[in-house]
Amino acid sequence: MYAFDYVKPASVADAVKALSAEDAQPISGGQTLIPTLKQRLGQPSALVDLTKIADLVGIEAGSDSVLVKGATTHAAVAAHEGVMQAIPGLAKLAAHIGDPQVRNRGTIGGSVANNDPAACYPAAVLGLGATVLTDRREIAADDYFQGMFTTALEEGEIVTGVRFPIPEKSAYAKFVQPASRFALTGVYAAKLKGGVRVAVTGASESGVFRWAEAEAALASNWSPEAVETLAAPAADGMIGDIHGAPDYRAHLVKVMTKRAVAAA
Amino acid sequence: MASVSMTVNGKAVSGEVEGRTLLVEFLREGLELTGTHVGCDTSQCGACVVHVNGESVKACSVLAVAVDGADIRTIEGMAAPDGTLSVLQQAFQDHHGLQCGFCTPGMVMSAADLLQKNADPSEQEVREWLEGNICRCTGYHNIVKAILAAAATLRGEKIAAE
Ligand SMILES: Cc1cc2nc3c(=O)[nH]c(=O)nc-3n(C[C@H](O)[C@H](O)[C@H](O)COP(=O)(O)OP(=O)(O)OC[C@H]3O[C@@H](n4cnc5c(N)ncnc54)[C@H](O)[C@@H]3O)c2cc1C
Ligand code: FES
Ligand code: FES
Repeated sequence: MYAFDYVKPASVADAVKALSAEDAQPISGGQTLIPTLKQRLGQPSALVDLTKIADLVGIEAGSDSVLVKGATTHAAVAAHEGVMQAIPGLAKLAAHIGDPQVRNRGTIGGSVANNDPAACYPAAVLGLGATVLTDRREIAADDYFQGMFTTALEEGEIVTGVRFPIPEKSAYAKFVQPASRFALTGVYAAKLKGGVRVAVTGASESGVFRWAEAEAALASNWSPEAVETLAAPAADGMIGDIHGAPDYRAHLVKVMTKRAVAAA
Repeated sequence: MASVSMTVNGKAVSGEVEGRTLLVEFLREGLELTGTHVGCDTSQCGACVVHVNGESVKACSVLAVAVDGADIRTIEGMAAPDGTLSVLQQAFQDHHGLQCGFCTPGMVMSAADLLQKNADPSEQEVREWLEGNICRCTGYHNIVKAILAAAATLRGEKIAAE
């Protein structure tokens, strides 16, 4: 790692101020950022630690939504009674990110800010139609994710939380890439008051996306059989690497959608 | 440079670190607690697992400055002061849960975190918990056996070593 200053602000306002310095960058769990910096893929002047800001840690489960604050760890989401009751699919997703040590450090804000094309949380955020809260605005999931490692966040903008609407039912089905623990393909399917949403991670070159055909089929018939009648999405534009070819991932999208609906 | 102080295995320690100094570097090079190993340095292998405020973390992926003031426990803090092994460490020995021993500190610290959260884990739960700990020697079976046996002993049950 190149040398950097370490800043530990006590409030979101102080963090925003610290981030206005040239090349300053937030750090939360560091589970993505520290390995990246070790490879010298970045050279921040300062790392601004968000995890010591009391306002950024915690979960508020309300009657129609659940707010997970930005620096809340995956382990905290997985173990939270309110989340388990209101959105069990979300608690289970968090419980299967990486391994216990990654879950003890990694945070929801870091995950959605990073928007790794194989990460789990982006599927839940898009699949539940959640709202990403920042220090300056609220961003609907449909506007937030803009392709792999790309989001609507501006320079120095902090994810302060994610607000998830409570669905009638929902679940995440992840086909694990066993070496990295990330999703080779993962699908979050949700039946909400406003309709059905199906979000896919791990598969597309354009990052997390909604599978419109499955949403339409499931809206009239919420069952794995409704998905069975569909053709898999086009292999064109799917990720191809040593772990799986594009048509294999396209096939997995269909299989994991069925599994998510069955599990919901 | 920044000064940090923390409690390591019950002792108050302090030192000067750079922003980029990793917790594992502070432990191994600063405090000469070399029981915590670095296997991969890429957050994959779990050889570096220690406890921070009671939770297991990968010390190669945590900045020392970020745990200023924390309570840290490493493998050196597991045995009694007179050297008597903890139940978990003894179970690793009795059940041949190690061969070269490189992964063992991380395995023990990870398993200790599991057992403080779940006194009676199933074999499946132990295997899932060890997702972040890689062992190149044992094939894991005896590690899992050792952890299940330690859990039983700690619950007051007896399981014969094979
Ligand atoms: C072995 C391993 C396995 C993993 N497996 C999975 C998996 O199965 N599924 C999965 O989804 N993820 C997985 N991850 C990634 C893990 O969930 C990370 O913790 C997460 O992606 C990043 O969160 P973090 O808090 O560690 O962020 P950091 O590493 O601290 O930061 C990541 C990026 O986000 C920025 N950032 C951090 N917080 C904020 C914020 N609040 N606002 C704005 N920007 C911010 C940082 O500047 C940086 O660019 C794995 C990681 C490892 C090491
Ligand atoms: S050395 Fe930390 S995970 Fe391998
Ligand atoms: S005993 Fe050799 S790596 Fe596990």
